[in-house]
Amino acid sequence: MRVALFVTCLVDQVWPTVGVAAVQVLRRLGCEVTFDPGATCCGQPAYNTGYRGHAARQARQWIASFERSGADWAVLPSGSCAAMVHHFPRLFDAEPAWRERAERLAERSRELCQFVVGVLGRDAIGAHFAARVTWHDACHGLRELGIRDEPRRLLSKVRALELVEMPEADSCCGFGGTFAVKHAELSTAIADRKCEAIAALGVDCVAAADVSCLMQIEGRLRRLGSAVRAVHVAEILAGDAP
Amino acid sequence: MERFGENAVAALGDATLRGALRHATDLFGERRRAAVADVGAVEFDALRDRARAIKDHTLERLDHYLEQFAERATARGVRVHWARDAEECCAIVAALCEGALQGRPEASRTIVKSKSMTSEEVRLGEHLERAGFTSVETDLGEWIVQLAGEAPSHIIVPAIHKTKAQIAELFAERVGTAPDADEQALTAAARRVLRERFAEAGIGISGVNFAIAETGSFLVLENEGNARLSITAPRVHIALMGIEKVVPRLADLDVFLKLLPRSGTGQHLTTYQTLITGPKSDPAMEGPDEVHVVVLDNGRSRMLEQAVTRQSLACIRCGACLNACPVYQQVGGHAYGSVYPGPIGAVITPQLAGLERGAQLPFASSLCGACRDVCPVRIDIPGLLLHLRGEVVGAASAPRGPRGTVPRRRGERLAFWLWSFVVRSPWRYAVATRLVRLGQRLFARGGRIGRVGGLLGWLAPPLAAWTEGRDLRPLARHAFRDCWRAGMALCGTRTARTEEGEP
Repeated sequence: MRVALFVTCLVDQVWPTVGVAAVQVLRRLGCEVTFDPGATCCGQPAYNTGYRGHAARQARQWIASFERSGADWAVLPSGSCAAMVHHFPRLFDAEPAWRERAERLAERSRELCQFVVGVLGRDAIGAHFAARVTWHDACHGLRELGIRDEPRRLLSKVRALELVEMPEADSCCGFGGTFAVKHAELSTAIADRKCEAIAALGVDCVAAADVSCLMQIEGRLRRLGSAVRAVHVAEILAGDAP
Repeated sequence: MERFGENAVAALGDATLRGALRHATDLFGERRRAAVADVGAVEFDALRDRARAIKDHTLERLDHYLEQFAERATARGVRVHWARDAEECCAIVAALCEGALQGRPEASRTIVKSKSMTSEEVRLGEHLERAGFTSVETDLGEWIVQLAGEAPSHIIVPAIHKTKAQIAELFAERVGTAPDADEQALTAAARRVLRERFAEAGIGISGVNFAIAETGSFLVLENEGNARLSITAPRVHIALMGIEKVVPRLADLDVFLKLLPRSGTGQHLTTYQTLITGPKSDPAMEGPDEVHVVVLDNGRSRMLEQAVTRQSLACIRCGACLNACPVYQQVGGHAYGSVYPGPIGAVITPQLAGLERGAQLPFASSLCGACRDVCPVRIDIPGLLLHLRGEVVGAASAPRGPRGTVPRRRGERLAFWLWSFVVRSPWRYAVATRLVRLGQRLFARGGRIGRVGGLLGWLAPPLAAWTEGRDLRPLARHAFRDCWRAGMALCGTRTARTEEGEP
C-alpha cells in the first residue's frame, strides 16, 4: 500500500523525529511511504484565524501534492491537521471542481493512529517503550475525527509501556493556534490545569497525537520545572527494544 | 466586549473568582455527566437529535409558528406585542407598566422581575428605573447581582462568580444580616425582603423558556418559586421572549424538558415549571388579570438568513457550554463584557450587537469543541466561531463603509499575508525556515527558548507572548524534509534527540 506522508509544518520544522518515527512505523507495517517537500502547511493557522483565502491556497497545494503522489492514502501524524484536511471541501463552496478534489483527499486521509488501527487493522506492532505514559486527547482529533480508542489500543500493546489515564484527558491544553499568543496568559492558565493533572500522576511521559498540544504542554511543564517528557505517539510506536 | 483580552487577564489575577468558577463549573459538569448517564448516552443523543430537528423545523417556518402562537395566545386573552429592537421593547414594557397603574394612584411603582436574559439584553431594568419604577430582581442569584450593582456572569447562575463569604459581606451591608451569617440566614433574609416586594408589586415581569404555538401557552422554568410568584402574585404579568423561543406543539416540551435541566444544572427537572395559558378567566380565580407577551427580534431575524448562523437561534439557554468551556472556566462571564457570555455568547453577541462591538469575542476560544459536545441542541459553536472570525477578518479588510468601525487588524493581516507568501512556495518556505534557524540562535539555550523580553520581545511580540509563561521548543537543527532527502540519515530518532539536548 502506497502512503503519502504529510508530516505537517510543525513536525517538519520543530519535531522532525516524529516524521522519522512515522516513516519507520509505516514501513514496518509494510507501507510504501512517499513524502513531497512541495507540501508545506495545511493552512490551519489561517483558516482558524478567519483567513479563508490564504487557507484555500494551502488546501490546493496539498490536494495537488496528494494527486501527484499516486498514493492510496494520505497519513498525517496530527489529529488537527487531519481535521483541517477534512475541512478542505468547505473552502471551495464556489469551486465545484476543487471541491470534488478536496473531498477525494478528505476521504483518503487519516491521522496516523486512525490509519494503523482503522485502515491497516493492526494494533500490536511490536513496539517497545519502557515508561509510564499518560495520554492527552487532542481536541480536534477527538472531536472532529472521533479518535479516542485507536491510540489507547496501540499504546496498550506496546511492550514495557504502562498507560496511566489522567482525569479530564479530553480537556483542552489551551493551545488553540493563534489563541496561544493572542490570549497568552489565558492559554497558559488552561495549560496549568492540564499540567496539574499530569504532575499528579507520577508519569514519565505525556503522549499525544499532535505536536502543537505537545509543544504547549511541554513548554509549560518545562517552565514549571517538571521532568515529565512530552512524546508523540509515533515516537513511542517506533520504539525498538533496547 | 471590546476589551475581552484585558478583562481576561484581570480575571486571571483574581484567585477568589477562579476558585468560585472552578468549584461551580466542575460541580455542574459532574452533575450533567451523571444526569446524562442516567438517561443513557445513546438515548440522550437521540433526544438531542430530536430537539435540534424540532428547532430546525420551527426556524424554517418561524413566521408561521409565531403567528400561530400570537393568534392562539390572543384567543386565550393574552395581549401580544411585537418589538423590533431593544428600544422598542423597553418602550412597550414601560408603556404597559404605566398603563397598569392608570386610575390606581395608590398602586406601588415596584415591579417584581424573575430572571430573564432577554430583559438583560434590552437593559430593561435600567430603562424602568429611568421611567420611575423600582424593578426588583427576585431570582436569588440575580437579586444578589442587583444588590452588588453587577451584571449576571452566567446564563442560568447569575452569581456564579461570587463566594458565600462575598455574599454574606454584601448582605451585611445591604440587607443588615450578621457578617458571618450562614446560607440559611442569608436565604431567610432574602425571603423576608422579597416577600414584601411580592406583596406590594402590581406588575410582574418574566422571561419565557418555551412558547407553544399550538396552544398559545408559554413555559417558565426555575428552581426557587420566585418566578412563579412574580408571574402570579401581581395584577399584571408581562413576559418577554425572543422570536426563537417558539416550538410547535405542547408535546415538544417532552424533549426539551428532558434536555434543558439535565444539560444546565444536571437536574432531572427544574423544581418549578409554570405553564401559562392566558390570564384568569374568572375573577374568583387567583392569578393576574392581564397577561402580556412581548416578542422581541433585536437582530435575531438577521441570523435566519444563512443556515450556518440560523443554528444560533436553536439555543435554549441552558448554560452547559459555559460550564464546559476551558476559557469560561478560567475567566468567568464578566470578562466577555456582553450580556450572553461563554461560547454561545461569543457566537450570538457579535450577531446581535454587531461585528463592530463584538469583533473580539469569536477569538475568545481555543476552538476545542467541548461546547459542541455538551450542547443539547447540537449547535456547531466552533463552526460558528470560525464563520464569524471569517466575517470579522472580511470586514476588517473591506473598504471602510458607513459602519466601518471594525478594528482593521493591520498587523495580523500583514503577518498572514507574509505567512501565506512563504508557505505557498516550498522554496520560500525552505529559505524562511533557514533564516529562522539562524535568528533563533539569539534566543535558544540548551534546546529551548526561555522568556524573551526587552528589545527582542518587542521585535517579536508572538514570541514574547508565548515565552512569558511557557518555554518554546526551537526549530530542530534539520527539518524533516532535509532528513528525507538525505535518506533519513540526518535525524534518526535517538540521535536527533541527543542532538537537541533532550534527555
